[in-house]
Amino acid sequence: MKITLDADKCCAAGQCVLVAPEVFDQRDEDGIVVLLDAEPPAGQHDAVREAAAICPAAVIEVHE
Amino acid sequence: MTARPLAVVGASAAGLAAAEALRRLGWRGPLTLIGDEPHLPYDRPPLSKQLLHGAWEPERLLLRSKDQLAALALDLRLGTRATGLDAATRTLTLDNGETLPCAGVIIATGVAARTLPGAEGLTGVHTLRTLDDALALRARLTGTGHRLVIVGNGVLGCEAAAVARELGHDVTLVGVEPIPMAAAVGTEIGELLAEEHRAHGVTLRTAAVAGFDTSGGAVTGVRLAEGEADAREREGTRLPADTVLLAIGSTPAVGWLGDDPALDTTDGLRCDAYCAAAPGIYAAGDVARWEHPVHGRPVRFEHRMNASEQGMAAARNLLAELAAEEGDQSAFADAFEGAPPERRPFAPVPYFWSDQYAVKLQAYGLTAGADRIETTVLDRAGRRAVALYGRDGHAVGVLAAGLPPRQVRGLRALIAAPVPWEEARERVRAATATG
Ligand SMILES: Cc1cc2nc3c(=O)[nH]c(=O)nc-3n(C[C@H](O)[C@H](O)[C@H](O)COP(=O)(O)OP(=O)(O)OC[C@H]3O[C@@H](n4cnc5c(N)ncnc54)[C@H](O)[C@@H]3O)c2cc1C
Ligand code: SF4
Repeated sequence: MKITLDADKCCAAGQCVLVAPEVFDQRDEDGIVVLLDAEPPAGQHDAVREAAAICPAAVIEVHE
Repeated sequence: MTARPLAVVGASAAGLAAAEALRRLGWRGPLTLIGDEPHLPYDRPPLSKQLLHGAWEPERLLLRSKDQLAALALDLRLGTRATGLDAATRTLTLDNGETLPCAGVIIATGVAARTLPGAEGLTGVHTLRTLDDALALRARLTGTGHRLVIVGNGVLGCEAAAVARELGHDVTLVGVEPIPMAAAVGTEIGELLAEEHRAHGVTLRTAAVAGFDTSGGAVTGVRLAEGEADAREREGTRLPADTVLLAIGSTPAVGWLGDDPALDTTDGLRCDAYCAAAPGIYAAGDVARWEHPVHGRPVRFEHRMNASEQGMAAARNLLAELAAEEGDQSAFADAFEGAPPERRPFAPVPYFWSDQYAVKLQAYGLTAGADRIETTVLDRAGRRAVALYGRDGHAVGVLAAGLPPRQVRGLRALIAAPVPWEEARERVRAATATG
């Protein structure tokens, strides 16, 4: 699995961090998403798919 | 034997989330997604922000790429309206005359913008709900120095006012409520926003709109209702305008469901805690009013986050119901891969945000309909504030303006389940005192 972000679209909702805190974080100054792990281990895959589905700004793209 | 299709009506945030979740959870049978707009599924929040501003073009709003949509193997019917549903047989009728008997239906038809009598067909009078609406308004506001009157000072009116000022137009925001967004966020946060709008040169007026002045089929002004206008402002009951935006709320798109007694369509489609409106019929997003298990009353949200979350929840619970249904199981089993999901009540922590100028509001839980609100302004000029919303002795909602993300997430945790008011107050104080 490979993750790419279109971070310009991020509205800082933070839902990705709630769902997959080991993969996503937010910048302190403006809350914009930060990718901690672009190729997360298998144990994280379900959480990442969930984060991509739930992100309210369609920022997260998952390539499998 | 082949399975009947699952159908999702409404091809926007909630409908797309539902369709994706049906596939992710194992539905391999036919899946029809019906949407009456001609466009591929796109996102609405940027319509009143980046798109209206001109910073983004429509392609940026697409919720999924063509490839991502193709991977879902949908029978995608765009530009197609559902015109009826027979709940008992789960049969849809479409505006092309087709009848579509389904194994299950998810209704995600959202809401439509309200308008005012006399507005129809008037050049220069706009609403803002769809991409076409936003492009039309953007085209109307080409250049600078338009005289724009925005009717309605809720979240949509406020966001549009901010963008229009940034574009250099003359903006008057008219509302029947004296303080913008007060119904959604309370008077003190509303007053903070009012200050921000005034500082950016927006004229705020309290009045009801009685009608339009026109010339040759185009709007030239807005007439305010006599007597209802604030006494101090009564002298000016006509506001000149070349463009008017009606941002006066919306009505759930349930008209197409007719009056099937199996469905309750008073203020949205009424659902149980599982998002089910009737056996095999589910609803999600702005159109759905459901029994929130934590808040113990029916709620309906017009929030982007809820659309995705509820779409996913409705998909899960529909599949769980179909798996458990009596009758011909071979059809379902053939079309399904893996273990069927478990039925779960839909109990989200509601979330919404709004961007106005550089101010970002983020709110969790229920902020409307509170019986007490405690607002702490941390920095008036910097528009940094936090507010706590209570009902029946418990804190049920929280709002942050200008707080760092870690603190915002901390506030969410605080009201994820209703907490006694005093305890919540202490925790908000502790959470915002540090960092
Ligand atoms: C300008 C604007 C700005 C917003 N900003 C924010 C924000 O900052 N933060 C936030 O939290 N929320 C915001 N929202 C709200 C958010 O966009 C909605 O909550 C979300 O779009 C709801 O998604 P939905 O899929 O339930 O409904 P909708 O997005 O309304 O989609 C319903 C779709 O169904 C179609 N449809 C209706 N009837 C039929 C039929 N009979 N047959 C076929 N198709 C039908 C409609 O045409 C539409 O395409 C904003 C909304 C708007 C309009
Ligand atoms: S969920 Fe989406 S919008 Fe929210 S912080 Fe993560 S990437 Fe940004």
